[in-house]
Amino acid sequence: MLDSKTPEGPIKEKWTNHKNNINVVNPANKRLIDVIVVGSGLAGGAAAASLAEMGYNVKCFCFQDSPRRAHSIAAQGGINAAKNYQNDGDSTYRLFYDTVKGGDYRAREANVYRLAEVSANIIDQCVAQGVPFARDYGGLLDNRSFGGVLVSRTFYAKGQTGQQLLLGAYSAMSRQINKGKIKMYNRHEMLEMVLVDGKARGIIARNLVTGEIERHAAHAVVLGSGGYGNVFYLSTNAMGSNVTAAWRAHRKGAFFANPCYTQIHPTCIPRSGDYQSKLTLMSESLRNDGRIWVPKNKEDVESIRSGKKKPVELKEEERDYYLERRYPAFGNLVPRDVASRAAKERCDAGYGVNETGEAVYLDFASAIMRYGKEKANILHMNNPSDAEIRDLGEKVIEDKYGNLFQMYEKITDDNPYKTPMMIYPAVHYTMGGLWVDYNLMTTVPGCFAAGEANFSDHGANRLGASALMQGLADGYFVLPYTIGDFLADDIRTGPIPNDSPEFMEAEKETKTRLDALINNKGSKSVDHFHKRLGKVMWDKVGMARNAEGLKEAVEEIKQIRSEFYADVLVPGTTNEFNPELEKATRVADFLELGELFAVDALERTESCGGHFREESQTPEGEALRDDKNFAYAAAWEWTGSPSEAKVHKEELTFNDIELKQRSYK
Amino acid sequence: MDLTLKIWRQKDATSSGAMETFQVTEISEHMSFLEMIDVLNERLISEGKEPVAFDHDCREGICGSCSMYINGEPHGPDRGVTTCQLHMRKFKNGDTIHIEPWRAKAFPVIKDLVVDRSAFDRIIQAGGYVSVNTSGNTQDANAIPIPKDDADNAFDAATCIGCGACVAACKNSSAMLFVSAKVSQLALLPQGKVERHDRVLNMVDQMDTEGFGNCTNTGACEIECPKGISLENIARMNRELVSANVSKS
Repeated sequence: MLDSKTPEGPIKEKWTNHKNNINVVNPANKRLIDVIVVGSGLAGGAAAASLAEMGYNVKCFCFQDSPRRAHSIAAQGGINAAKNYQNDGDSTYRLFYDTVKGGDYRAREANVYRLAEVSANIIDQCVAQGVPFARDYGGLLDNRSFGGVLVSRTFYAKGQTGQQLLLGAYSAMSRQINKGKIKMYNRHEMLEMVLVDGKARGIIARNLVTGEIERHAAHAVVLGSGGYGNVFYLSTNAMGSNVTAAWRAHRKGAFFANPCYTQIHPTCIPRSGDYQSKLTLMSESLRNDGRIWVPKNKEDVESIRSGKKKPVELKEEERDYYLERRYPAFGNLVPRDVASRAAKERCDAGYGVNETGEAVYLDFASAIMRYGKEKANILHMNNPSDAEIRDLGEKVIEDKYGNLFQMYEKITDDNPYKTPMMIYPAVHYTMGGLWVDYNLMTTVPGCFAAGEANFSDHGANRLGASALMQGLADGYFVLPYTIGDFLADDIRTGPIPNDSPEFMEAEKETKTRLDALINNKGSKSVDHFHKRLGKVMWDKVGMARNAEGLKEAVEEIKQIRSEFYADVLVPGTTNEFNPELEKATRVADFLELGELFAVDALERTESCGGHFREESQTPEGEALRDDKNFAYAAAWEWTGSPSEAKVHKEELTFNDIELKQRSYK
Repeated sequence: MDLTLKIWRQKDATSSGAMETFQVTEISEHMSFLEMIDVLNERLISEGKEPVAFDHDCREGICGSCSMYINGEPHGPDRGVTTCQLHMRKFKNGDTIHIEPWRAKAFPVIKDLVVDRSAFDRIIQAGGYVSVNTSGNTQDANAIPIPKDDADNAFDAATCIGCGACVAACKNSSAMLFVSAKVSQLALLPQGKVERHDRVLNMVDQMDTEGFGNCTNTGACEIECPKGISLENIARMNRELVSANVSKS
């Protein structure tokens, strides 16, 4: 059994008591301590800035050409916080409850409570930094609703909330870079973690411009390197998002928890062809105003697919608003896992509305008319025509979601103000990640994981607008305190040398690995193998999984991996700017992670949240949990090959929330 | 569709470069411009040739990585998009497309179409922030109401993605649109007003040090900006600068 080191006491007091009791490094000693932060997104960037402000010497690494480009920038809809500005009864407890329930009771209670507790501070901090959140006419902050909750607690900046929050963290980092407290390494990728005497004491990184392999030492290593959704090849992640930093830590002893918990986001633009390189998300915030439907009759499906009928020509009674039908209480705002499976169910039954049969409608017509009427009232218009109302309504929608509608139109060449959007689920976020204790430390002493890179807060399904909250909570308000508990032992250690045998050995191994890829001179590109891996993952380890498919997936991934090492072609050399080599090292790690992912999904025979085992469902087709046997986090230990990984269990106990079957009806 | 591509190839920062011609065939109009380059690169790799290096990441127009100068325009012929959002339906069968990197003294070429934009980071480091530490005790977010217009204008300026299209579009390689967007965002908000004078002086100073040119009001930057950052920001920055100089003198 794994010990999460959760502090004793009532849940409301755990975090405060913990902060009062853990070791603290005094300000003069912080100057003597170096910390490496890998990743510059919301978790990594916020941690780097905060640690530097406190006095630590920070080295921060990102593979992009600037820390401002970390993939947090693409988050659209918003960030949750229990501020109760809308007077709808929100509270720390309610946010905690919604998050644990939304995660299908597979998260650690104490971590989630802490997350809810610091959420309000995040909004205060960001406003102080100059983050321009949306405001109402009185000058106060505006909120909207997200899936799986019954209150309005999401703060936003149009459809670019992630961008604005990340630029806030980036500006805080920039201030510390200017002061020399953060040394920033752009276009650098971590390729190995270095352990000295069992502690994480540094990394091996490749300078992506010159190809030089560098040894960087520190007293602790923080991984804020994001999730691993790109194991599916097609996902809403950025092209460069990868698992390498986390996977390298895993291979050095950090347990990897719940890899099979993946979020398939219900509202993405459907795929259009084999050349496609990535999928684009349409923010969940659109479900505030958009209604999801497919035609009721198969004949209408056929006419729409063949272009004989347009969706706007279908009458209300010819449409099946299946979320409103199945889940009257939450309607279009059910959690993501539920909405995704419902879309798949309709499409599998033959009601998909595009040529591939994998698309449903997200329709704004009712919202446009509703807002138009409100606006006409405000303007005291007499008997406005439908066309006038629609014009007014479209302007309101444009104010709320303008950039998303524009993005949709650019990609599809369809105007979503006039015709419903077509959407389909796509891989978006990974709840699994490195196992961490209450201090966010992995099973390797001195190696910490924050944000999407860790596993702790979202259980088996993440609610909308909670990723930004968790990234910033970890980076601004949790890790800067808890890391002191570890570093307090290091005030007399002195600088960690980067030429010890451990560093030299890790450097040599890394160079050997890169040389092998370049010298392989096979016949197929890296993308060829990545696409094959992605297809196996989507077909057999995707939205619905069963034992037979998972067993096949394990074998197929092994096969692809062996073919990769036998036949991959990486052009160029190691000592130059070489994007294909970067891809090759990332895909090599995905090929191992993918296998562990399938092994984890096979082991967990229950359904929970985003993990749906066909063998475990209710008569209505909802996910059926098995709390008796699976109320634990599965943390896998590397033993030399993914299929041989050893599972360690952290039992999840629920003292403050009653475990029950999730219902959104 | 079938296309002729003329692409800038340059081995590294110290080598000289040249345009190289490629033919691509059977390009779908639904592809994005970068997916079209992916197809070319996949073919070059299979032929044992070196693929074309280019910056890209999110492929949804928000990270600001992609940066191609296409037929004489940053991010190509469409408006309000980055290169990754440009789709092949904007081109015709048989077209010849010229693809170059951003060209500016302050953005040296790293390889092929990849340039070094760290000058932008250094300008932000010079003052593009509010000097506030992380603290669990900042005042409540609603303590200072901000007029909606100010908040909206600050947001519009803050949507800059730092791609550098403004510099690439400008005959003077001026970074004024980029710098003024950050200056405006923070000058419009009460939280940023405290440091407004030092901020504009330091950022403009760094901008000059990096070797960017000055603004002569042609407005090319505003037209090519994928996020529609307005020229008004430059006017606001000039006012900020005058006011800072007066108050400091």
